[in-house]
Amino acid sequence: MALELHDGPLHVEEISNRWFNEMRDKNYGAYIPFIGIVRDEDGISGLSFDIYEPILESWFEAWQEKAKEQGAYLLMAHSRGDVPNHTSSYISAVVSPQRKVALKFINDFVEDFKASAPIWKYDIIDGKRVYAKSRSTALKGAGLLK
Amino acid sequence: MAKIEFLGPLNRETIEVDIKSLNDLKEMFKDDTELQEWLEICAVAVNDSLVCSLDTSIEAGDKVSLLPPVCGG
Repeated sequence: MALELHDGPLHVEEISNRWFNEMRDKNYGAYIPFIGIVRDEDGISGLSFDIYEPILESWFEAWQEKAKEQGAYLLMAHSRGDVPNHTSSYISAVVSPQRKVALKFINDFVEDFKASAPIWKYDIIDGKRVYAKSRSTALKGAGLLK
Repeated sequence: MAKIEFLGPLNRETIEVDIKSLNDLKEMFKDDTELQEWLEICAVAVNDSLVCSLDTSIEAGDKVSLLPPVCGG
């Protein structure tokens, strides 16, 4: 399925190298990776994440189907739990026969990832997890039970 | 009985309730002032599919999940 979840920060070199080696002989002409790095800002020592895996998997599968329709293929890795500043919590990549398709696809995919993937982010401040509510996006249908 | 899951920052234990629809669940939560703030911004999934209607029927053994706003990456 090409979706992997890891406890703690991602081992970027291992994941990137493994994905590239898995894809290099599949005759895709373009490999476009996106690697997110946790920034040191607002006094945080890192970020922390909760993930609801059943809906994340079905969301990812739907995107993988869209990728297939364009001859492309998606890969994604995300962290669970604490991720210190200047390490990575998120990597995604798209491979495609054509560069233009892959560049557009990675942008659309990451945009929807931010808005729809069931992942909750917390700032780590003085060792405590503080929900990043102001940076979060309500999912489709929010407010149904209010 | 249906299971109600409170995901992410909701940080509550799963409960089991006897309801026939999401309308029943809305009614059940109406006096929970702490939860009301969250309900305005939470989406609802039944058996891991997001739903948009309070008339959604709930059977015994169903799983209802409350999902607060998200921010991956």
